[in-house]
Amino acid sequence: MTDSSNQKFLIVRREDFSDVTFLLEISHPMMARAAKPGQFVIVMSHAEGERIPLTIADFDRERGTITLVIQAVGKTTLEMQRNCQVGTALYGLAGPMGIPSHLSDAKKVVCVGGGLGVAPVYPQARAWKESGAYVIGVLGFRNKDLLFWEDKFRAICDELIICTDDGSAGIRGFVTDGIKLALEKHPDIEEVVAIGPPVMMKACAEATRPSGVKTMVSLNPIMVDGTGMCGGCRVKVGETVKFACVDGPDFDGHQVDFDDLMIRLRRYKEEEQVAKERWSETCRMRGIGSEAVSVN
Amino acid sequence: MAKKRTVRSIPQERTPVRELDPVVRAANFEEVNCGYTEPEAILESTRCLFCPEPKCIDGCPVNIDIPGFILKIGEKDFRGAYDVITGTNLLPAVCGRVCPQENQCEGVCVVGETLIPVAIGRLERFVGDLAIKNSWVNRPYIEPTKFRIGIVGSGPAGMACAADMAKAGCDVTVYEAFHEPGGVLRYGIPDFRLPNSIVDAEIEKLEELGVKFECNTLVGRLFTIEQMISELGFHAVFIGTGAGYPTMLGIPGDSLNGVLSANELLTRCNLMKARDFPNVDTPLPLGKHVVVVGAGNTAMDALRVSKRLGAKTVTCIYRRSKAEAPARAEEVHHAEQEGIDFHWLSNPVEIIDDGEGSVCAVRCVRMELGEPDDSGRRRPVPVPGSEFEIETDQVVFAIGTNANPIIGQTSKLRLNKRGYIATDDDLMTSMAGVFAGGDIVTGAATVIEAMGAGRKAARGIKAYLGIRDTGPIERDEAIFGISSREHNFVRVRAA
Repeated sequence: MTDSSNQKFLIVRREDFSDVTFLLEISHPMMARAAKPGQFVIVMSHAEGERIPLTIADFDRERGTITLVIQAVGKTTLEMQRNCQVGTALYGLAGPMGIPSHLSDAKKVVCVGGGLGVAPVYPQARAWKESGAYVIGVLGFRNKDLLFWEDKFRAICDELIICTDDGSAGIRGFVTDGIKLALEKHPDIEEVVAIGPPVMMKACAEATRPSGVKTMVSLNPIMVDGTGMCGGCRVKVGETVKFACVDGPDFDGHQVDFDDLMIRLRRYKEEEQVAKERWSETCRMRGIGSEAVSVN
Repeated sequence: MAKKRTVRSIPQERTPVRELDPVVRAANFEEVNCGYTEPEAILESTRCLFCPEPKCIDGCPVNIDIPGFILKIGEKDFRGAYDVITGTNLLPAVCGRVCPQENQCEGVCVVGETLIPVAIGRLERFVGDLAIKNSWVNRPYIEPTKFRIGIVGSGPAGMACAADMAKAGCDVTVYEAFHEPGGVLRYGIPDFRLPNSIVDAEIEKLEELGVKFECNTLVGRLFTIEQMISELGFHAVFIGTGAGYPTMLGIPGDSLNGVLSANELLTRCNLMKARDFPNVDTPLPLGKHVVVVGAGNTAMDALRVSKRLGAKTVTCIYRRSKAEAPARAEEVHHAEQEGIDFHWLSNPVEIIDDGEGSVCAVRCVRMELGEPDDSGRRRPVPVPGSEFEIETDQVVFAIGTNANPIIGQTSKLRLNKRGYIATDDDLMTSMAGVFAGGDIVTGAATVIEAMGAGRKAARGIKAYLGIRDTGPIERDEAIFGISSREHNFVRVRAA
């Protein structure tokens, strides 16, 4: 990360939703103009960093910015949580990547976001609202403290169902309970979009399978280039193999082999652990532990 | 040359080049081929017959004046040799290393009819390296035109096209999706074959010609080809995005963990420097017993990279025999020296799960060669009942690539049946002013063929824009203290 205000990929706003989830708004007028719901970017926070895919959570064409919502879970994202402050810049930011979400002419839709997935489902919900659809939002969090963007969704949803694992906000239960509520109340729902952890998207696909309501999911496999060149992000969809970066990231949830996806996401588990431990150790030795994280 | 050289009078043996010891080099990423020293280069230059009708020039995809630069080496005028080469090829240090010379210039060398042909590639590299060492730059006198050229992809095709268009006085911007320029020279070809420092040096030369590189830019998605012409103000566009999209074998188990494409292995290792993990953040789990499927140059790179990353055994599986292997002979030879096991005439039929989603073995079948197929090579057919298993924890597919779909998805350019960009003979696409060349037009080929396509497209663009090369102009006066004789002036003028 470099401090230079005239640099590319400048971070212009940051918001911390909880001690693990944070938002970065990054200046990139051209990308703000090109971005469409469902697309993602590849971020490199520094020259020795990884290339990580992050879904675009929002874009503002007038301000010339794109917004990313990040959960600090591994070395790279923990490091970003510490270092990515307003006025610093990302080392690399490429995108928008992937095929934009197909905005169907469905009249009544459910937009499901689980945890971090709440952010990327927002542009799609907004686009549907703008096209005149009846939008039901279903947002899931572990508890009330992790909840974010309720106001943003209230502004664009005709109905909003909040689900928390412990019942500290909204209904007690998972997003699948929210989907079931919505499907019972509205038999004319034409499409469901679910974005979140693979296990959640799998459960959502199973929840809608009996009724046969079209259910789109946004996949997040491991990627390197994001341009179709390495094949690391290949996923099984029906009988075929697809590259999530250029053939997706949106796929028919009823066709996706989620078990295969979840196995492949464990590919670098050991290395991820090594990197994270090493990083925590470095922070501890430098005396910059968790207290440095609570900025803003 | 006092006396005319003949095949009988020249040194009969090709001058050998020093190479790192196979045992030592298999554990590091140092360049294998040490290159000629000055006396070695001069000695080898005496093997050129300076044929009245040299075949080597036609054998070169960019038609370098090969006898011309070899003559200069013999005269110890190395700067002159560099000027001759860079008249047609701006990247001698790269091409001297990675061109398949045995199928090109050296393959048709007249000396080669009787003896081992002149080591043209090694001589070219000698000159290229000397130029980098001495910071020689041939900065031609360029008369600016008003034209702006956008180039999509910074690999060999894009670099070659950029060089020619910059020399023609155009304002050239090269877009690259990765965070560093160079394309396959950067992410694909490993350091022991083409050090990254050489790629950096060649890119710097382009920058000195005024070429601008814009990384982190995925053309098609950030802006489209159409927008480049209609909004960004480019008068012509060249697309050299490469083939991309690696082929998987489509056999049971090919999505298991531990199965990956050569592109992924090489990108992690070369571009992302994952071999230094955890000092860098990109991981690359090392296989102890690595199997690479395929026998092209990419397969050889994957095999030799795996060996250097510390694999105990590295095995190549190829369904045809050694004679049909598409890799350069030298690459196969180097791999053999470094202790790679080759299973010729074997084909994987299934990758076996260890029960936890990772690969533990690959089941293969022996093949035999039958009747010739469309490619003229004898078609391999399985031998019934010949299955065998190889224990492995990493399987790498290096069996080719398909067309990258991004440009097709985001533009109205006409594609051919296989998804590659369709062009006319001048490499212009179905859209006026938009040219394409390299792997995205032909499918996977070599670095020099891509460079040849980049140069051919540049000729097409010049014709399209009405720019005409006037050839070198001899002028004695020094402009800004730069002597024209030393700097190989090329004058270009808009018609």
